[in-house]
Amino acid sequence: MTEIFGIPTQALFGQLLIGLINGSFYALLSLGLAVIFGLLNIINFSHGAQYMMGAFVAYLMLNKLGIGYWWALLIAPLVVGATGVLIERLLLSKLYKLDHLYGLLLTFGLALIIQGLFRNEYGSSGQPYQIPAQLQGGQNLGFMFLPNYRAWIIVASAVVCLGTWYVIERTKLGSYLRAATENPQLVQAFGINVPRMITLTYGFGVALAALAGVMAAPVYQVSPQMGADLIIVVFAVVVIGGMGSILGSIVTGFGLGLIEGLTKVFYPEASSTVIFIIMAIVLLVRPAGLFGAQK
Amino acid sequence: MTDRASPVPSAAALKRAAELRVHRTAFIVMTVILVVAPAVVYPVFMMKVMCFALFACAFNLLIGFGGLLSFGHAMFLGSAGYASAHAAKVWGLTPELAILFGTGCAALLSLGAGLLAIRRQGIYFAMITLALAQMVYFFSLQAPFTGGEDGIQGVPRGKLFGLIGLDNQLVMYAFVLAIFLAGFGLIYRAIHSPFGQVLKAIRENEARAISLGYDTDRYKLLAFVLSGTLAGLAGSTKALVFQLASLTDVHWSMSGEVVLMTLLGGMGTVFGPIVGAAVIITMQNYLAQLGAWVTVVQGVIFVVCVMAFRRGLIGELGHWLKKPL
Repeated sequence: MTEIFGIPTQALFGQLLIGLINGSFYALLSLGLAVIFGLLNIINFSHGAQYMMGAFVAYLMLNKLGIGYWWALLIAPLVVGATGVLIERLLLSKLYKLDHLYGLLLTFGLALIIQGLFRNEYGSSGQPYQIPAQLQGGQNLGFMFLPNYRAWIIVASAVVCLGTWYVIERTKLGSYLRAATENPQLVQAFGINVPRMITLTYGFGVALAALAGVMAAPVYQVSPQMGADLIIVVFAVVVIGGMGSILGSIVTGFGLGLIEGLTKVFYPEASSTVIFIIMAIVLLVRPAGLFGAQK
Repeated sequence: MTDRASPVPSAAALKRAAELRVHRTAFIVMTVILVVAPAVVYPVFMMKVMCFALFACAFNLLIGFGGLLSFGHAMFLGSAGYASAHAAKVWGLTPELAILFGTGCAALLSLGAGLLAIRRQGIYFAMITLALAQMVYFFSLQAPFTGGEDGIQGVPRGKLFGLIGLDNQLVMYAFVLAIFLAGFGLIYRAIHSPFGQVLKAIRENEARAISLGYDTDRYKLLAFVLSGTLAGLAGSTKALVFQLASLTDVHWSMSGEVVLMTLLGGMGTVFGPIVGAAVIITMQNYLAQLGAWVTVVQGVIFVVCVMAFRRGLIGELGHWLKKPL
């Protein structure tokens, strides 16, 4: 058996793969947070709960309606995104004139409600979700075994992330969005419906979380708590990357997933805290975050 | 400027005197209620309320007067609980020394966390404190002396100053009451000192406070350390009351609960956090058999408070009475 730094390559690449998978979810979730933050100036604390809702919608569609993974990938984000639109219209939109901390408190309350309701209904234990037939099995790459579904997650989330980056940075719609982030009053004066844009942006950010939830369903178990702890790690990722740049949050997400995977190989005791330690170091060296604008 | 010379006191001084009268009355009412309570209510329940009330008051010092929302205050409550439980059980320290040790640990932790967290503002501050608290949580889960999932159980209450046994509930009650009143007094004093006034100025307009020559970072750090230390005092006391230090007290949901207590009672009011803590603890007590519904109810209270009720219970009462409570 080949070894690198005294670690069997099988184990090393296995952990790197897990790190890359986790990183995919960090990237998707922190991207959604960054998009929402850019326009609404609030941190969406219910992001983890909405990620969990995405997974549950997929699970319920499969078990109650017999609708499989591929349709869930489309429908779950739409359904959860629609609830996001409702939340923005009915609640969040009333808070924009106040301190932004109220948006944080409101979404925290919503997260508690959503997680509590799902826990009442489905208990705390996880429900399994089958990997779709087309993605079962795997490839032997010689140095490691790569399950197809895991490869799919990495590719799909990279495509979604880059697609979002492209829409925001390179299209006309994205230029409206960036302009409204800079100066909403001015953009509104040019005849663009900014409130509707804000609503749809929140809906889109939430839909991204739900999409991540559907993709996570076969890897992690579907449980009401699946988003609660994850979202705190994602917050740390966001602090490390800084929310100023879309590409920055994608790179930070994947990168930190990899670092976490490596830590699991070389010093497993620190694997659950390494991201927080990196956050502390980044705060000392570059308080605005790696890709954030220094104010 | 000419206060001393003029025979008529200034409007501000009159307002301050009126405020002081209202606060004194409210303080006396509160103290009487707390002294009489164990005759009517289960003492352990009241001790729990007082511990959380102190915790919420400490938290309120930061959000209500400094405008800093910490979403990780459970790390001070929980780690101080572990430290004092360890000191009392393993080292056999007397209760006052164990509490002192726990509080000291929380002070050091809040100094470290504060130095990091005050480098960013607003929601970043909230996210950083939350992440740091999660780190403390994972540390508590793995560290050898915390007992992992079991926590530290069977912590002896011991003898106060080596003389007075605290196993009697009423003696313990008096001890907790004394700690609570001392902590509350310290917070009240801090809020109304020049330090508290500068803190309020920073909350209202930090740039202006800087331009007036105040080193705002130092004020914010001091407020953070004071708040964390007093939260630690609450946590250390709580560990002795329940003779238990566990992961519940370091978990992020505890950080959320103290935000809820303060929000419900009224952020930036003197007595609000105490009322908020009492209401939430009572609610948890009566709804405990409903399981996850407690979380739902707490979430609903959050939403209602933020949407319609931002002054909180005591804030609304004070607004209605036109008196600052």
